[in-house]
Amino acid sequence: MIRLEQLCKTYHLGGESVHALDHFDLCIEAGDYLSVMGPSGSGKSTLLNMLGLLDTPDSGRYWLEEQEMGALSEEQHARVRNQRIGFVFQAYHLIDRLSARENIELPLVLTGVPPRERKPRVDELLERLGLEHHATHHPHQLSGGQRQRVAIARAVIRRPALLLADEPTGNLDSHASGEVISLLEELNGEGITLLVVTHDPAIGGRARRRLWMQDGALIRETDGDGNTVNSESDRADARR
Amino acid sequence: MRVADLIQFNLHLLLRQWFRTLMILLATAVGVAAVLLLTGLGEGARRFVLDEFSLLGQDTLIMLPGRKETTGGLPPLTGEGTRDITLEDVAALERLPEIQMVAPLIVGNAQVYVGGRNREILTLGTSARFFDLRQLSMQQGQALPQATLEQAGSVCVIGPEVREILFGAAPALGEWIRVGDRRFRVIGIVEDRGESLGMDVSNQVIIPVASAQQIFNTQGMFRVLLQVRPGASFDSARQRVLELMQQRHGGERDVTLITQDALLGAFSDILHLLTLSVGAIAAISLVVAGILIMNITLISVSQRTAEIGLLKALGASANLVRLLFLSEALMLSTLGALLGIASGYALLWLGHSIWPQFPVSVPFWALSGSLVIALGVATLFAWLPASRAAHLAPVLALRGEVHDA
Ligand SMILES: Nc1ncnc2c1ncn2[C@@H]1O[C@H](COP(=O)(O)OP(=O)(O)OP(=O)(O)O)[C@@H](O)[C@H]1O
Ligand SMILES: [Mg+2]
Repeated sequence: MIRLEQLCKTYHLGGESVHALDHFDLCIEAGDYLSVMGPSGSGKSTLLNMLGLLDTPDSGRYWLEEQEMGALSEEQHARVRNQRIGFVFQAYHLIDRLSARENIELPLVLTGVPPRERKPRVDELLERLGLEHHATHHPHQLSGGQRQRVAIARAVIRRPALLLADEPTGNLDSHASGEVISLLEELNGEGITLLVVTHDPAIGGRARRRLWMQDGALIRETDGDGNTVNSESDRADARR
Repeated sequence: MRVADLIQFNLHLLLRQWFRTLMILLATAVGVAAVLLLTGLGEGARRFVLDEFSLLGQDTLIMLPGRKETTGGLPPLTGEGTRDITLEDVAALERLPEIQMVAPLIVGNAQVYVGGRNREILTLGTSARFFDLRQLSMQQGQALPQATLEQAGSVCVIGPEVREILFGAAPALGEWIRVGDRRFRVIGIVEDRGESLGMDVSNQVIIPVASAQQIFNTQGMFRVLLQVRPGASFDSARQRVLELMQQRHGGERDVTLITQDALLGAFSDILHLLTLSVGAIAAISLVVAGILIMNITLISVSQRTAEIGLLKALGASANLVRLLFLSEALMLSTLGALLGIASGYALLWLGHSIWPQFPVSVPFWALSGSLVIALGVATLFAWLPASRAAHLAPVLALRGEVHDA
């Protein structure tokens, strides 16, 4: 479903150039569950932003559902983000002046879905995420775990194909973290491709595919049993 | 995005930043109200002057002796004719089918005596037609009688001011006064119409035209007022009058016909220009409001960087983000303009109820112009910040960094 080919992104900071992504290759099957781990500054968020069309690579190519993203216009990117991709952020990024319901339906509002079609979809999600009683509450009236659930509801209201989560549990205690991760996994079980960036090995370990990054490159991938599937040395062999 | 959703989204924002909203509303409202107020007063002044001087209807021609070129500039106010306009001419004019009625006019200052008092008073020699033409009504008594023009009757009608001067509190009707060397009996007193400018009859004595000819020792008319018959063409009537006079004056065209419009046109133009310029000055305050909108929108864009990034992540395109900011500014200025229109009209209405004799009316161009300027300026000045927001890269925006393009 996703293919990245030789993706590069370099930042220039005061004469020094940082390779946030260094000739990055990756294939993801539909419905897969991946975690991305690695030290701070290794390029995890950059990778996620590329996949989510929030950032554009300097070079390399990106196919999403058999479409080359580099060939699309800004307007088309916006449509793909709206319909095919859901985001969950560490800092929730809810709009404070809007209620939980209004935050959740924002992706529908932006594309002009009429209110009578929005309501049943939001109601259904609210109920499913146990937020029925918080529909009219504003973000500052909700706990961290509740906020993140609202953010997840907003991410999946469009039934996207790909769900990207950048340290979704970074601001939560272990109980709330567990809830949020189970929720994400439940959605993955329904066929949404899930990619979680995390610093927590316990959370990262739950994924089917675990990617380890350093200096903008994929250094190791392990499967559910902890076996190395693909490492930098394998690739070096392959290239030779 | 649906319009209703867009409005609701903006309303959330405007209410949340109520102080900022209030300031812009105020600035726009003051600008619009200033335009309406100043042009309303200017237009009022123009109408006031026109009303004051418009003693004759639109269908009235004024004939004066003497030929003057009337192309451009003010028409001649005094005409020294080669040949007098006689009473026979007046009678002939009245027989023209295009003409409804004709009132001859001889005007001069005469010494008027009553008992011991004497005063110099403007004296008008005319006929009964004059009362119809000017639509004068009587306070007491009656108008000049219908009689042949040549009949030098010894009756007069006086204005209320003249009555006051000559008789004070004593009754005037039926009394005799002496004008020049002739005696007249007062048969009527004209109603005071409250006109203060122009040709006001309240301080005049009106006598039969033939009597005036004797007192002032003249044959020729000072003016002749001609009212065109309703339904007849104004231009053809004018032509017929000129032809008739030419024929009666031995083939020479020695009279001038003017319309009141020509006289007032010049006045009206000047006052109109004045209204335009005060309106333009007031419109500058709208531009100031526009600059305020630009600054505040710029601040709003940098404060809401993260939100813009989020909206883009959720699928808002650059155009939609621009629309969000533009519509916010437009909503603000529309509300402000409506507020300004309401308060502008309220103030004018207040002014009108204090000075009822002063007509106030906002010209349509000022109303529509101030609206167009308010909305146009808001769009223009919000465009730059809105475009800036639209072109923010979603990833930078999410971090809350300001991206300087
Ligand atoms: N806008 C930017 N300008 C300059 N450098 C940047 C920018 N964004 C990222 N970088 C750099 O790119 C590298 C990768 O950043 P990235 O945010 O992807 O790291 P990360 O793996 O998500 O780290 P963390 O775990 O701390 O979130 C870092 O060295 C960072 O300093
Ligand atoms: Mg990161």
